[in-house]
Amino acid sequence: MSFKFALVGNPNCGKTTLFNEITGSTQYVGNWPGVTIEKKEGKAKKIEGDIKIIDLPGIYSLSPYSMEEIIARDYILNEKPDVVINIVDATNIERNLYLTTQLLELGVNVVVALNMMDAADSKGDKINTEILEAHLKVPVIPITASKGQGVKELLVRAQNVAQTATSAGVAPSLNEMHDESIVSRIHEIEKTIIPQLNRKIENTRWTALKLLEGDEKVQETLKIPDALLAEIKGYQKKLEKKYDMDIETIIANSRYQFTTFLTRKAVNKKEQSSDLTVSDKIDKVVTNRILAIPIFLAMMFGIFSITFGTIGSFTIDFVDVLVNETIAGFLSTLLEEAGAAVWLQDLVAGGIIGGVGSFLVFVPQIMILFFFLSILEDTGYMARAAFVMDRLLRKLGLSGKSFIPMLIGFGCSVPAIMSTRTLENEKDRRLTIMLVPFMSCGARLPVYALYTAAFFTANQTMVVFSLYVLGIVIAVLSGFLLKRTLLQGEVAPFVMELPPYRIPTFKGTMIHMWDKGKGFIKKAGTIIFAAAVLIWFLQYYNFSFQAVVDPGDSMLGTLGKTIAPVFAPLGFGDWKSAVALITGFVAKEAVVSTMGILHGVAEATEGSIDLITALQAFFTPLTAYAFMAFTLLYMPCMAAFATIKREMNSWKWTLITVGFSTGVAWIVAFLIFRVGLLLGFS
Amino acid sequence: MERSLKELKPGEKSVITKVLGDKSAVRRRLMDMGVTRGAEVLVRKVAPLGDPIEVNIRGYELTLRKAEAENIIVA
Repeated sequence: MSFKFALVGNPNCGKTTLFNEITGSTQYVGNWPGVTIEKKEGKAKKIEGDIKIIDLPGIYSLSPYSMEEIIARDYILNEKPDVVINIVDATNIERNLYLTTQLLELGVNVVVALNMMDAADSKGDKINTEILEAHLKVPVIPITASKGQGVKELLVRAQNVAQTATSAGVAPSLNEMHDESIVSRIHEIEKTIIPQLNRKIENTRWTALKLLEGDEKVQETLKIPDALLAEIKGYQKKLEKKYDMDIETIIANSRYQFTTFLTRKAVNKKEQSSDLTVSDKIDKVVTNRILAIPIFLAMMFGIFSITFGTIGSFTIDFVDVLVNETIAGFLSTLLEEAGAAVWLQDLVAGGIIGGVGSFLVFVPQIMILFFFLSILEDTGYMARAAFVMDRLLRKLGLSGKSFIPMLIGFGCSVPAIMSTRTLENEKDRRLTIMLVPFMSCGARLPVYALYTAAFFTANQTMVVFSLYVLGIVIAVLSGFLLKRTLLQGEVAPFVMELPPYRIPTFKGTMIHMWDKGKGFIKKAGTIIFAAAVLIWFLQYYNFSFQAVVDPGDSMLGTLGKTIAPVFAPLGFGDWKSAVALITGFVAKEAVVSTMGILHGVAEATEGSIDLITALQAFFTPLTAYAFMAFTLLYMPCMAAFATIKREMNSWKWTLITVGFSTGVAWIVAFLIFRVGLLLGFS
Repeated sequence: MERSLKELKPGEKSVITKVLGDKSAVRRRLMDMGVTRGAEVLVRKVAPLGDPIEVNIRGYELTLRKAEAENIIVA
């Protein structure tokens, strides 16, 4: 028998760890239908049978107020997984159970995985799982996902539930969770309103509860007529009068009363000592009034120093020798001895090695950056950064929550844009999405690395750091401008959990880093490879498909020369730069590979391709800086573009975003070049 | 006397009696995070720039702005 198990839990409850533990390397990532939120699926190892595991987004509630909550809810309702494995953080049972109550209200098969038992033990908390089971009426299995403890048993129990249970049998009674007066209203709606809807409703009890709660999403889906809405209002009014609260609050309160009651009964918390916990101690320092911001900046600078400093450049040299000497040499000897045609030898040496190779060189550096970003995320520091920076972001009309997508944007805009889903308000989301591409992503790094190596050898780290700062400054100014013009509105709210600090496991960090970074390596083999071959082809032949001597006469040269005047006022009006920037839309790192091909071929007189020397003939330090600034700010790459389109769900806003960033890039590069000239730089 | 969560100083503890305001996503989020009647809150600290604040509620740490804290009435 094959089964589907869905993993549901709060953010930071160890869901990803459990997912990795269960599925090992069998997981694959897709997208949810219609939206770009990542959908992770995998096959369960460690257990007989065909079990598919689906990782749902981390959520606190099933209220229809954020996209992630809607996705999780719709998945459970429509796809009907055989079992919902609800992960509950054992160190934070009271709040985690709130989501559990909502899952139980749904009436689906739930198995509770009580995770992080080791942390609860070391805190001295005693948790009685039998009491939990007795009240929740579903299996509760203590586990420690990070150590693999209890995972096998969890799967076995879930499998048992899937094999034996009928969905009606396992659902606990609502009476356990809610007051009698609420339950009777639910039953009344179930009996009087639902039959009047004249349509088949599978889950009448839950639908009745949602109608009572005033869930707009359910009202919308069922197209409740006004007369019935008025009738429902009557039921709501009765309760509102009784409790002297609005209906939403009544239901939320009721759920929390149950979780509080159950937590008191089942958990014997160790008397909190007055000593500070480790988390408190770290917090005392990193969110300290005076030290917080300097620590944040120092940390960022430290990360860049390592990425671009000795370790980073060591990896560059290493891969450079490997790709451009060992592999390139081997391939050209091979082709020569095989008597391959000249154009083929040229394609491999100039096109593929020159293009893909000049990008591959920077992959380890991108990985180092991702390694540190993963650590920042996994330790819980990101949330503190949001806490510290919220005040500043509010000046832009955003909240500290927007800070997290922006930090992720230093890695890659695509996941950063997707992570804006945690923002409640559509306008804030839109603004954050527009600003994220200004954060200098990993793909821009090869461009900086190349140009700083050519023009700023003495202070490479400082120059690269200044570009990151430039991106931030431009984002701040743009936010300020946009919030006052196109995206006026209320200040975004800020309500967020600060998870306890965790020491990330090496394995966890590596998986996380690999998750983020593998896309770049895949791109090198696919998009960059295709672009490199295409560029090589376009610069080798002219429009009558004859091989050209001077690439300036080729198809690409003609195209580049047409566009180049646009960039002339910015100091880099040569056709090769124009072409490189066009290919940068495919992927920003393609700017480097294109430069590699175009300059490589032109300069490859003695068979040695030295891109740096070639660039030095075309750029000055000032124009190089303007070029880097333009590359940083202009339209985001294709992948980001597609993500923006899907996330904003509007062509208009996508085009505004692209037009805005390109316009800003032109103005900024123009100012850098012109003001630089006036100040006497060259 | 009625006072809001905003008025509590770091280290002060109280019990929530009411969450003011109309139906909105923020209010819903607060409720989902356990900011409901009867919950104990302890103000932990104020962010370096004076806002937001950090509170301990239901055994975990939550951050919210003073503007939101103003709508939360405590005993």
